[in-house]
Amino acid sequence: MPAMTMIQALNSAMDIMLARDPNVVVLGEDVGYFGGVFRCTDGLQKKHGRHRVFDTPIAEAGILGAAVGMSVYGLRPVAEIQFADYIYPAADQLISEAARLRYRSGGEFTAPLTVRAPCGGGIYGGQTHSQSPEGIFTHVCGLKTVIPSNPYDAKGLLISAIEDDDPVIFFEPKRLYNGPFDGHHDKPTLPWAKHPQGEVPADYYTVPLGKAAIARPGSAATVIAYGAMVHVALAAVEESGIDAEVIDLRTLIPVDIDAIVASVEKTGRCVIVHEATRTSGFGAELSALVQEHCFYHLEAPIERVTGYDTPYPHALEWDYFPGPARVTEALRRVTEAM
Amino acid sequence: MSNVRSLRRTGKPPRPYLHVPEPKARPGEPADFSTLAIPEAGRQARPAVDASARELRPFAEDLIRVMDGEGRAVGPWDPKLDADTLRRGLRVMMLTRAYDDRMYRAQRQGKTSFYMKCTGEEAVASAQAMALNRADMLFPTYRQQGLLIARDWPLVDMMNQVYSNTQDRLKGRQMPVFYSSAEAGFFSISGNLATQYSQAVGWAMAAAIKGDSRIAAAWIGEGATAEGDFHHALTFASVYRAPVILNVVNNQWAISSFQGIAGGEATTFASRAIGFGIPALRVDGNDFLAVYAVTQWAAERARTHVGPTLIELFTYRAAPHSTSDDPSKYRPAEEARQWPLGDPIARLKQHLISLGQWSEERHVQLESELIEEVRAAGRQAESYGTLDKGPHHSAKTMFEDVFKDMPWNLRRQRQESGV
Ligand SMILES: Cc1ncc(C[n+]2csc(CCOP(=O)(O)OP(=O)(O)O)c2C)c(N)n1
Ligand SMILES: [Mg+2]
Repeated sequence: MPAMTMIQALNSAMDIMLARDPNVVVLGEDVGYFGGVFRCTDGLQKKHGRHRVFDTPIAEAGILGAAVGMSVYGLRPVAEIQFADYIYPAADQLISEAARLRYRSGGEFTAPLTVRAPCGGGIYGGQTHSQSPEGIFTHVCGLKTVIPSNPYDAKGLLISAIEDDDPVIFFEPKRLYNGPFDGHHDKPTLPWAKHPQGEVPADYYTVPLGKAAIARPGSAATVIAYGAMVHVALAAVEESGIDAEVIDLRTLIPVDIDAIVASVEKTGRCVIVHEATRTSGFGAELSALVQEHCFYHLEAPIERVTGYDTPYPHALEWDYFPGPARVTEALRRVTEAM
Repeated sequence: MSNVRSLRRTGKPPRPYLHVPEPKARPGEPADFSTLAIPEAGRQARPAVDASARELRPFAEDLIRVMDGEGRAVGPWDPKLDADTLRRGLRVMMLTRAYDDRMYRAQRQGKTSFYMKCTGEEAVASAQAMALNRADMLFPTYRQQGLLIARDWPLVDMMNQVYSNTQDRLKGRQMPVFYSSAEAGFFSISGNLATQYSQAVGWAMAAAIKGDSRIAAAWIGEGATAEGDFHHALTFASVYRAPVILNVVNNQWAISSFQGIAGGEATTFASRAIGFGIPALRVDGNDFLAVYAVTQWAAERARTHVGPTLIELFTYRAAPHSTSDDPSKYRPAEEARQWPLGDPIARLKQHLISLGQWSEERHVQLESELIEEVRAAGRQAESYGTLDKGPHHSAKTMFEDVFKDMPWNLRRQRQESGV
């Protein structure tokens, strides 16, 4: 099986879907000739033509408005927003339009589009190249939200997202593009080629939306994570020696409640980890779900390890980033609680 | 082939297709500026600032130029600056370039995370800042560092920001080059393109509400004119006749997208203003004198309550977009050198020499003086820290300024973080 970075895996997913489905088009700022600022669409224009893979004006509202129109026609647009931080101008097209089109038209019109956007910090991008805005979009009804943590899942999930008949927002943790970054910024990151999940079939396959993965089985506690935080959680488990189970949600909406309940009922203890700011983050929803579904199995208060409620700072990025040490502390607290 | 031609030839309309603009030349091909219409310098009339919209309309398609091929100032737009002012303009542009070169290298040496140069576009910020009043408010993009330099803002302070060090007034929070200086009338740079454009109009409206004679000026790249904020700014500026100058820096490229992707194939960026009833001037952005003159004209329009003006500054981004960019992947390597409007520093230098007010020797000497000035500032800034080695502001500061008064959750988070 070929080794792929997450960038190559995403590229392969789009390449395959462009070839399989003549209705798939790829659009976004710098995605055409250049192949994207993170190179995710490299070579796709040359291979599939300028009318299938093309640059757009710098207008996120325009990109997603046009993508809604294309999908109403019957296309399956895959729109790249260059950084998740630049999705806000398009919020209206996404929240008020794409997400609600099926509902308001009684199913007459739908918007089967995919929005890809790199998210997360760790590249000294400051407050406008580091955000994790998934919680804003999980709050919107009618939008599916996906965040992969490795190349294998990234490809299979992106193919599923493109084939899905509802709008999907697909956040790509940019710090995972080249390797399973685990929060140890002072150490080199392993390349995906040396990681089992960097082995990616060259052909078509899917990873279903709405299904979590057990990244590591365990019994002492449950860590619910997604994206880059999966690797941070795994590092924390290893370093703490606490035999925790790590759930990689992969899809946030619809969330895999069965996987969460099965694990927390088994462990009785739960730590929720995300990089996004804490207040009203997706962790709040997860915490409420665990409380609603597993209250009588809980043996300790639920813990959240998240980004602080501040914009992402430039120089102090590693003071901000919720690394393995903070996850370890939370694991200690939940496992030491009576 | 155009649809119309094909229809004439075959009697059948061609199969519909999506037009996706492509630049004239890509890597490996010779640069091609053959279709650029560059009018002769000095040919453009200089209308009264209160001329009718109809009279001003042609300026959106023309190109105002003052310096001819020999560096002489010709025509009615010659701002007739004295030699000291010209030499100061040259100095500001050269200092901006020397500063850019050093900070670009500093990034390459790992001392900071990121940098953006304005090479080839120095006349924009330098001449415009000099043509405005010191009290006028500036809403720039990341590529107008020259505004701060023209306002004599200390290089050390700018470097402190680039290094996110202990003396950085922005406390290491912002990416390099996202300066902010209320004292210099330089609005805080946002990473989100175009937002400053409607904000500048709002500032100008506020000045009008208060009967204040200061005006606002905003800058935007041609690529970012596609954003909604650009259009909101023009609408509001037109409706309220806001005392604002709306500058579009058309440097031909927006990262890897040529100006055709922003809508530059069908019309000029200056022409955008016409539909809003705002007069527009299109100017040779590498001609210091022309840029100075049109800015003066627009400032007079704003200050005398005639209304807003849009200026398209026609120039070329000679540098990569940023330290993260590699233009050899999307445009011919030769393009920058072959830009038909030349280099703004070389052109003003030639003008000054033709006036007998400058010489090659003085130029070389000034160049080395400026490099030394930048080097000294660099040493001082680095003594306060660099991004890679520190020191930085303490981690405590991360929780400050989210709100004026820190709410309980941030206080709790600061405590838990152990700082
Ligand atoms: C809202 C938003 N979308 C996208 C970006 C990413 N981006 C940063 S600079 C840039 C190109 C801007 O080009 P232009 O406006 O022509 O200015 P120039 O860089 O040429 O000065 C892009 C797409 C951004 N910063 N903000
Ligand atoms: Mg540009």
